Amino acid sequence: MALFSPWRADFPALAVLEAQGQTYLDSAATAQKPQALIDALSGYYTCGAANVHRAQHQPAERATRAYEDSRIKVAKWLNAASPTEIVFTRGATEALNLLAYGLEHLIGAGDEIVISALEHHANLLPWQQLAKRRDARLQILPIDAAGRIDLAAATELIGPRTRLLAVSQLSNVLGGWQPLDDLLHLAKTQGALTIVDGAQGVVHGRHDMTTLGCDFYVLSSHKLYGPDGVGVLYGRGESLLQVRHWQFGGEMVRIADYQHAEFHAAPLGFEAGTPPISGVIGLGATLDYLAGLDVAAVERHEQALHDQLLAGLVARNGVRLLGSPQVALASFVVEGVHHSDLGHLLTEQGIAVRSGNHCAMPLMKHLGLDGATRVSLGLYNDSADLERFFSAIDQALELLR
Amino acid sequence: MSDLPQAAGEALEAFSQAPGWEQRARLLMQWGERLAPLDEDERSETNQVSGCESRVWLVGERQDGCWHFRAGSDARLIRGLLAVLLARVNGLEAADLAEVDMADWFARLGLSRQLSPSRSNGMNAVLQRMCELTG
Repeated sequence: MALFSPWRADFPALAVLEAQGQTYLDSAATAQKPQALIDALSGYYTCGAANVHRAQHQPAERATRAYEDSRIKVAKWLNAASPTEIVFTRGATEALNLLAYGLEHLIGAGDEIVISALEHHANLLPWQQLAKRRDARLQILPIDAAGRIDLAAATELIGPRTRLLAVSQLSNVLGGWQPLDDLLHLAKTQGALTIVDGAQGVVHGRHDMTTLGCDFYVLSSHKLYGPDGVGVLYGRGESLLQVRHWQFGGEMVRIADYQHAEFHAAPLGFEAGTPPISGVIGLGATLDYLAGLDVAAVERHEQALHDQLLAGLVARNGVRLLGSPQVALASFVVEGVHHSDLGHLLTEQGIAVRSGNHCAMPLMKHLGLDGATRVSLGLYNDSADLERFFSAIDQALELLR
Repeated sequence: MSDLPQAAGEALEAFSQAPGWEQRARLLMQWGERLAPLDEDERSETNQVSGCESRVWLVGERQDGCWHFRAGSDARLIRGLLAVLLARVNGLEAADLAEVDMADWFARLGLSRQLSPSRSNGMNAVLQRMCELTG
């Protein structure tokens, strides 16, 4: 059955890419942008840029208001208790590094930081390095064959020495929702702080911070159809109080002397220097656009498209899926075919997919693979995109076999 | 074309008659088959070129003032790219080798995209390693 995305026309790049013979199936790396965002960026720069939280003049007042409006929009999007729980960063990676430095004082020698085997490098390396700095132990929760964190093992591994649990909501390689409710409960029982990497998860469906119950949640604007250079750190009010300042500079300081300074609380205390003002305003416009869509219709479309993707992949001889992807993406290998060869020939045919280790080298090693091909979907994709992909993979495999 | 090594001349002739991506891919795979296989101990960590999405090994030695390289990869199209690279440089003296414009060479074969900065296939890393070996 042919599936058409009613939102495709809202993203001008899709038509441009199509005219260039490119089929974009790499939205898990970065998503294309809606016209609403492009208009907001253009509007901000056209009507007068200004710095935020500094000057009294009218352009500054306008920029500051727009910037703070975005904070309110993000808070609403995540159903945070208050906009002060939203910190803007330069990306999800920076948000995770902020936590790894800001929470460092809570970690002592022999303490444990728990992550999972499927983490993206961004949710692995900051914790690995924190563990090294504090002589702490990094515990790795194993995953099952479907690509879900193994809860039985987690029950064993999350213990009294666990100070932090940092896990992905949705794997960028395996496409599986993680059992967050159970994991967060296990960590809380041990008095640990919990961090959820929502870089992939936030793009699919709506997630409610009040019911999710994590201490911190991290997302990336550019994967959520927003501008790049912007990330969000959600921190529950009382949990944010435990985070120490990490970057120092303009506007995060309350009182500064040559030998001494006092700093603002969150969120401004964690936004040193000029923030990505246009990007934050653009993210606000993107959320306005997304909030105007029929959530159920988007979810139905994405699910139907994902079903078609899986059906088409498994119907092909020698194709093996990694895990049991539930939404958004599918990674696969083809028996007897190197992922680099397949990637090369798909590129030649204008198919924009990702080939390689997907910023998750330890996971690839765990799966016994040196790489895989990943197809990922956005709400603007439709079944014609998949048809082009399937015909290209058939051509490529015919050549390679 | 007279200044090209013989194998390079052959490559240029073959690839200039292959306008489409399919013909180019077939040719690359055929050229890849012609690479002299590396011994097991040559496929070592020391000889491995990092920065490639497939595993690539490069060894080079100088005989009578001329450089001879051998290379291998576990990916077929990369083997083809290595083959056309080696066709251009093998047998050259160090001074001539330093003069070779690699971007131009791949462009003449219709393969310039393989050297673009966003490509993670590692051909740029291979060229870098070649410079280190001959430097």
